[in-house]
Amino acid sequence: MLAVETTGLTKDYSVGFWRKRPRRVLHDLSLRVERGEVFGLLGPNGAGKTTTLKILLRLVFPTSGTARILGKELDDVTTHERMGFLPENPSFYDYLTAEEFLHYAGDLFGLAASETRRRAGRLLEQVGLRDSRNVPLRKFSKGMLQRVGLAQALINEPELVFLDEPMSGLDPLGRREVRDLILGLREKGITVFFSTHILSDAEMLCDRVAILNRGRMLGCGELREMLELGVASTEIVIETRNSALLDRVGSYGTMVRTGERVRVQVPKESDVSAVLGIVLGSGARIVSVIPVKMSLEDYFLAQVAESAAKPEGTESLAAAGGQK
Amino acid sequence: MKRVATIARHTFKEAVRDKVLYNLIVFALLMIGSAILFSSISVGIQRIIVVDLGLSSISVFGLIMAIFIGIGLVAKEIDRRTIYNVLSKPVRRFEFIIGKYLGLLLTLVINTAIMTAGFYAALFYQTRRLGLEDLAPLATIYFILLQLAMVVSLAIFFSTISTPILSAVFTFSIYVIGHFLSEMRWLGQTTGSGVVKGAVAALYYLLPNFSNFDFITQTAHGERISGLLLTSNSLYALLYVTILISASILVFEERELR
Amino acid sequence: MTSRGASVSKWLSPRRLCWPILVAGFASMFVVQTQIDLERGTYAQIADVLYIPNATILRRLALGNEGLLADIYWTRVVQYFGRKHLEHTEGMYKYKLLAPLLRITTDLDPHLLIAYRFGAIFLMAKPPEGAGQPEAALQFLRRGIVANPDYWRLWQDLGFVYYWELKDYKMAAKIFAVGSERPGAEYWMKALAGTVAAKAGDIQTSRFLWSEIYRHAETDDVRRTAEDHLAALAAAEEIEKLNQLLGVYQQKTGREAHWFYELYAAGLLRGVPRDPSGEPFVIGPDGRTALGPNSRVNLRLLQ
Repeated sequence: MLAVETTGLTKDYSVGFWRKRPRRVLHDLSLRVERGEVFGLLGPNGAGKTTTLKILLRLVFPTSGTARILGKELDDVTTHERMGFLPENPSFYDYLTAEEFLHYAGDLFGLAASETRRRAGRLLEQVGLRDSRNVPLRKFSKGMLQRVGLAQALINEPELVFLDEPMSGLDPLGRREVRDLILGLREKGITVFFSTHILSDAEMLCDRVAILNRGRMLGCGELREMLELGVASTEIVIETRNSALLDRVGSYGTMVRTGERVRVQVPKESDVSAVLGIVLGSGARIVSVIPVKMSLEDYFLAQVAESAAKPEGTESLAAAGGQK
Repeated sequence: MKRVATIARHTFKEAVRDKVLYNLIVFALLMIGSAILFSSISVGIQRIIVVDLGLSSISVFGLIMAIFIGIGLVAKEIDRRTIYNVLSKPVRRFEFIIGKYLGLLLTLVINTAIMTAGFYAALFYQTRRLGLEDLAPLATIYFILLQLAMVVSLAIFFSTISTPILSAVFTFSIYVIGHFLSEMRWLGQTTGSGVVKGAVAALYYLLPNFSNFDFITQTAHGERISGLLLTSNSLYALLYVTILISASILVFEERELR
Repeated sequence: MTSRGASVSKWLSPRRLCWPILVAGFASMFVVQTQIDLERGTYAQIADVLYIPNATILRRLALGNEGLLADIYWTRVVQYFGRKHLEHTEGMYKYKLLAPLLRITTDLDPHLLIAYRFGAIFLMAKPPEGAGQPEAALQFLRRGIVANPDYWRLWQDLGFVYYWELKDYKMAAKIFAVGSERPGAEYWMKALAGTVAAKAGDIQTSRFLWSEIYRHAETDDVRRTAEDHLAALAAAEEIEKLNQLLGVYQQKTGREAHWFYELYAAGLLRGVPRDPSGEPFVIGPDGRTALGPNSRVNLRLLQ
């Protein structure tokens, strides 16, 4: 059984006050999330990540297409008993304390009061908020709110957790903590589905990702596979003062000079031997030659550039393949 | 059912912690107290003034509170997306609406009880004695409470379709219009056009008729509310609240939370 | 795809339940509201007007909104009057609240001229047209003049009460004279003073005054009553003329006419005479002109 499975999920929003024009924010999204994996939904702001999450959580209804969560259809609200959700920039009840808020969450799941208390205490400890448990939420900093949000997402010991931009607004320490938390969840076999626009986070955490841009999925699969799609460039570090040499080398790629040291990024693999030949011929010293693997960011930027090159109309026809 | 109770309980807790509500209660009690001052300048009708002003204060402040908590605890929650926390749990949308309403109703009942206590304190101070005839205003206060119950359900309904500010404006407007339905109907009856007459009559029965519950002046003059009117009005309020809550549920079930 | 609150079975979804609740609710409410209307009828929506508050207190409570309160009371005056007018009660107490209501209105806003003018007409008129309280009308108008000394029409109205209702032509003439000195007073006030002093109550003057009222009426009620009065005056004039003709006919033929047709046949009339409401005059059993049975003219206004 898949954790999450969507088929042809499409969402149109009606824009405009008098003449309602539909604006498509999701085109035919089909993805699969295996149980027990950490799945990243990536893309720039406005790509449709939050919309996807909201559809999966029944906050918003798809225009067409279907989805199943933990094997159940979308309209089955009982699935929520096994799910947790942390919204983006969460806002909570100002006048409740952290502890009371978690109790409320637990109550909504129908947990017994004693059980709720136990779990709340444990979770607050886990997210490092034990000392602030009696502080009203309106006094919480952003990072603290994020942590309390995580706690309430886990109060029901879910099998599947949805996190919308969980690292947003956190300082490096906070981000590390969240990362560790997510990894900890994976260790327990809990499926984590999170969305982010920070690709380095995804690189570090995800087993599989889907990349969205402007409502379309540009790619979906194992991270490793996607990134092995090629070497992005080769970095050659040389030591020289020979400006004539540098002029010749400079035409093959970008250069950064720090005193005698020059870093050259050579994008085309075929040029590498040429550059090496020139350098060796001039007698300059080669310090290192390192192939730089494409980062997720590079992959993403390349995909975006590719899709931008195609005009909007043809793309949708091709993607839709005859569907409306 | 349990979830509804949880939401209701939580809504009540949230409401009573709001400082603005406390301020409103204090002001209400001040107003009621000031009735005593007013009565001293009008010889012969002291009791009338105290009852009149006192009950009017309960009505006015009750209205402000009802709109305030109705919007603050429902429209704002929807608008500020705090509601995501609730709807991502296994909570059905209609449970949210009903739970909210019950919580708000409880808050209103408690607040009205406090203001009633203040009212009777003022009455006692004024007349130095409280007799059986002083129980009559309780029925009037009950009517005020029925009005507030309807106002809150209006606030919830508008919260499901509109922003907090607009919801407050709409709720208040309907409250005002609802007081003039009799005049409107009288005007409609005196025009010649059958279309206008029909339209006005339809509005009379569709819009909430708040003037049904207005009994403050009469109470100040010692008139009592008949048992039949008590039952009819209770039934009316119950029906209207049910209608509004059902309408809210209908809308909310389909509402997208962008 | 829309949300369906998944509960016990999809058949019991909120959608399916709520629509019938809405329909049944509104239907029941119609019944309950009717019941409430019946019940409250005894308390009467406008009966709270019975409790006329003390004007001073009302002013203080108005907190600067006296004008608004005055306007509200003014609409109550009109409503009250309209309601009472439609009722079929007779007698002196039909409009017993008119004077107090007007009093409160003008206490709150002494410059609400329309109230004074309305009050003048309907306080002085005999029931069932009005309250039949000409003295109250005088007092009311005098207060209005004190508050608005330069408004010449209040003088016109005051003189009119003396003229029409109290038939005190000397006073009326005096007041018209004073009023004609007010700024903006129209030229005829002076002429009127003279005429009234000389000729006491005659139909021309009355007609003139009533048509002045008609032309400057600001409420439908005032316009209506002016119309009725003008119709009555015109009818009275007609009746006088017709009675004269009846006399002529008798002299000529030596017989009493029973139908106006006979006068037409005798060449004394060009057609069947009709009253201002369009109904033909008839000859009563006493041999004198009378209004037809369907006539809408109300001669009692001229008493």
